Amino acid sequence: MKITRSLMLAAVVALTAGTAQAQLTNGEIKIGVMNDMSGLYADLGGPGSVVAAQLAAEDYAAAGGKTKISIIGGDHQNKPDVGSSLARQWYDADGVDVIVDVPTSSVALAINQVAAEKNKVFLVSGAATSDLTGKACTPNTIHWTYDTWMLANGTGKAIVQSGGDSWFFLTADYAFGHALEADTSAVVKANGGKVLGAVRHPLNTADFSSFLLQAQASKAKIIGLANAGGDTINAIKQSSEFGVVQGGQNLAGLLVFLSDVNSLGLKTAQGLILTETWYWDMNDNNRAFTKRFAAKNGGKYPTMAHAGVYSSLSHYFKAVDALKADGDGKVVVAKMKEMPTDDPLFGKGVVRKDGRKIHPAYLFEVKKPEESKYPYDYYKLKATIPADQAFRPLNEGGCPLVSG
Amino acid sequence: MFELLGISPQALFGQLLIGLINGSFYAMLSLGLAVIFGLLNIINFTHGAQYMMGAFCAWFLLEYSGLGYWWALLVAPIVVGLTGVIIERLFLKHLYKLDHLYGLLLTFGIALIVEGLFRNKFGSSGQPYRIPGELLGGQNLGFMFLPNYRAWVVVASVVVCLATWYVIERTKLGSYLRAATENPSLVQAFGINVPRMITITYGFGVALAAFAGVLAAPIYQVSPQMGSNLIIVVFAVVVIGGMGSILGSIVTGFGLGVIEGLTKVFYPEASNTVIFVVMGIVLLIKPAGLFGRAH
Repeated sequence: MKITRSLMLAAVVALTAGTAQAQLTNGEIKIGVMNDMSGLYADLGGPGSVVAAQLAAEDYAAAGGKTKISIIGGDHQNKPDVGSSLARQWYDADGVDVIVDVPTSSVALAINQVAAEKNKVFLVSGAATSDLTGKACTPNTIHWTYDTWMLANGTGKAIVQSGGDSWFFLTADYAFGHALEADTSAVVKANGGKVLGAVRHPLNTADFSSFLLQAQASKAKIIGLANAGGDTINAIKQSSEFGVVQGGQNLAGLLVFLSDVNSLGLKTAQGLILTETWYWDMNDNNRAFTKRFAAKNGGKYPTMAHAGVYSSLSHYFKAVDALKADGDGKVVVAKMKEMPTDDPLFGKGVVRKDGRKIHPAYLFEVKKPEESKYPYDYYKLKATIPADQAFRPLNEGGCPLVSG
Repeated sequence: MFELLGISPQALFGQLLIGLINGSFYAMLSLGLAVIFGLLNIINFTHGAQYMMGAFCAWFLLEYSGLGYWWALLVAPIVVGLTGVIIERLFLKHLYKLDHLYGLLLTFGIALIVEGLFRNKFGSSGQPYRIPGELLGGQNLGFMFLPNYRAWVVVASVVVCLATWYVIERTKLGSYLRAATENPSLVQAFGINVPRMITITYGFGVALAAFAGVLAAPIYQVSPQMGSNLIIVVFAVVVIGGMGSILGSIVTGFGLGVIEGLTKVFYPEASNTVIFVVMGIVLLIKPAGLFGRAH
């Protein structure tokens, strides 16, 4: 009879609906690469991150991966409102399962909320603020490549311990700059140094002359640059013009990428101390990746943010394959934390309960022009900070996932 | 009194000097804009891109033909001025009789295309360009260390600005230009080639922008964004000074540079926006601008 048949149909539909959750949404993994595609952070991430994602997908397929992967890119213009509306559109309407990269900490914090709200995945490679694994941590976000705590304890600690015990900060006036200044001040004070003052400049400042003048007037031994990308490049360039080093002070570039050194040139950048977690010339795996990357990226070599996009996606693919599903963000991220990581670029590592990916950090010094033998031969390794010391201890972050 | 303000007199004079230096860029760029608007009635949004092209031209010359800074000061304005002439001949001359808005849209579109092309090729971090050897180093003035190059920038822009003002306001050629834009048909009846004057004027305004670009290349990174970062501020300067006034844009450029410099001392977070606050106030009180004539 009709009623019984519709009851039977309903039962069949209910059964199949249950199994549908074990499938991939839309039958594929869709990746959204969001970053600053055209502004001051476009070279450290930008279109290069899309290339890195494509290489990760290629390697996954070459290793026998069967899932279909599609990749789209988007520009957040360093604005949290633009970033979060793009993220909502991607997650809701365009079927994106995971958003990667996102430099500019204010945007990353906004998307962090959106991903948790929609129960999707957010793999941060480009942003710095350690709050992402601290008070803003969620079960949907993993912070991959680096963070402000690691930078402060890498570069900051090394400089204080070698005699730079009075600091003046030039800080980018938004979430990232404040976080980096706060973390580095803590390290300076903990190691017996003093912070003599700070000046906050707007993001994307072309002219630092006025701020450098204030830094010189403070007579601090070290001028800490709590900014990145184009801001750091301008500050370093103009400080050589204003005789900062001749006047007896030194610069500490707290966040410097390979692309920044390339833009400054070795003559200006030589001697700069910086901390990164990945450098293209450290081993054969990195060099092989760099060759493929440069071929697709107009000859420009990868930064650690690009390497982080590749590495985080490689691990994501493994987790999705193990689960055979990607619809539930919390479940996928939990799987990524459960499985130890192993990829050609970062080697073996682990993702902690608070969403922090753990790997060693490296203290580099920029080479002098005569020491550089081939293109992009910019760094010499000064020290390796082992993985268990490079990042903030688990119980100090204030992450609700840890204490709760 | 200075102690009350929380800053020493040395630091204050240093910041004022820095403000003057920045003001000289604003003055030169707004001068080019004022010349083009005052004489041609075109709102030239491409100005920022042309400033950027001047800087890139200097970089090209050094990179590919070894010609240094002093050659670039001469060659870059000519080269970029010629591209300006081409734009004027091909596109702009059709728009003179139309509303201002068409000129704005066209030049804005050209600016976007040019910047996009450069960014596609060169990325956004910028290229290094060294300060020429003769201008390296600086003077220790006691209250601050003044780089020689920055002092040269102030001198060069004051000279160029005053020379331009003199040519336009005090010479026969300048008077022809001013007459040609007020009443083209009458001036043409006297046998003066008005379209050619207009083309030369646009080319000259563009060359001024490129000259500012070459001056800027050693200080700021030569990057595709350098123009778009500056152009909005320069437009604010021109609006405050009065859209058609040559003297107004020079004086306002230097003045606003100083105001911005002072803001950076007392409340640096606002240094991006103070010029727009001033523009808002001036527009409320005197809509034609401080030196402008109401149209």
